[in-house]
Amino acid sequence: MTVQDTDILDRLSGIASGSALDALRRERPQTRDNVQASYEALFTAADETGISQSERLVVASFVGLLHGGGPAAAHYLGLLEAQPNGVALAALVRGLAERATTSGPYGAYPAGPLSSEDVDGLTFKLEADRRAALGERLAVALEHVHQLVFHPRDAKASDFAPLKNAGWSTPAIVTLSQIVAYLSFQIRAAHGLRVLGA
Amino acid sequence: MSNTTLDRPAKAAPNVFTQAELGWNAWLDPVPEGALTERQKQGLVDIARAKSPYFRLLAHDPDILRTRTLADKDIFYNTKAGLPRAERELAAAATSRSNGCIYCASVHARFATTFSKRREDVQRLLDEGVGADIDPLWNAIIEASVALTATPIAFGPEHVRKLRDLGLDDLAISDLIHSASFFNWANRLMLSLGEPEIG
Repeated sequence: MTVQDTDILDRLSGIASGSALDALRRERPQTRDNVQASYEALFTAADETGISQSERLVVASFVGLLHGGGPAAAHYLGLLEAQPNGVALAALVRGLAERATTSGPYGAYPAGPLSSEDVDGLTFKLEADRRAALGERLAVALEHVHQLVFHPRDAKASDFAPLKNAGWSTPAIVTLSQIVAYLSFQIRAAHGLRVLGA
Repeated sequence: MSNTTLDRPAKAAPNVFTQAELGWNAWLDPVPEGALTERQKQGLVDIARAKSPYFRLLAHDPDILRTRTLADKDIFYNTKAGLPRAERELAAAATSRSNGCIYCASVHARFATTFSKRREDVQRLLDEGVGADIDPLWNAIIEASVALTATPIAFGPEHVRKLRDLGLDDLAISDLIHSASFFNWANRLMLSLGEPEIG
């Protein structure tokens, strides 16, 4: 049996063709097809919202690394390294992730009874030399991505000002959010299926 | 200037988890209902969703909205074998409780109540949090959902073993994995693109 290379979730969870998990996933064909189609919409379709392929892969690589590495981080870093200037970008993202990795979810609730459940944690900011190396547009994006990964309940309307100031349009912010949110699903589903099949 | 995000009279934001129906306001401008293209309408899947500022905001990128929506519907509504609806909704509510998405938790706690007829038990998850001691199966589903929601992911063989011991087959466990994982997708959009309001 060989791991299938056409379906991204099979690849990331190590599901071999004809295995019990393969059969199980095929009992939910609409889920299987649309998890794959979501990957294709974000990573293989032509860009229509103003985020380049290399930017998408920087974000995906960072999200994968913030989840502790593993098959997803390796997959997106591999794709990033194949982009123009990708090897340098991948090295930069690896260095950033080392200093940005923490444990979530944390964050604050609207003031009230839930405030006793507020948990402090890292608010990730790039240092000046890294901002310069990555460019302001990706620097503010990765700061936003870090919040989405680890402490999404801290989000507020004013978070979009730095993104807008760095040139992120509303459609581009929607796509950026979908990339992080989809990866948060994909990495967990792959991890869960891998554990289930072990 | 946006008239959808700035000129609206302020309503109170909820500061507790609730099964009541909440509103949701976008922080970025959704596609206006009258300006939706054919492809954006296809992205919505159900045209009734054109009334929702959340789905019209996501319609700025219609293809990923469409595939997200079709995956969502199958993960939760395809009841051919596997995990019952009530327990899928419980996983969604537990994930939302863990991430702190008051809006998502309200919707899926309500659905969990509808399908389980166990409003008080569902309310205990909301009031006491993910450590609430409800019953062995619900505790195990909540625990597994929370372990999948943690970063780094804390879900391991001990969760699978416990769920199997409680009678879940592998399709049901896979449904649970998909439900909790999917809400790590949904929570991040709902929490970061706008906020809930009461009434």
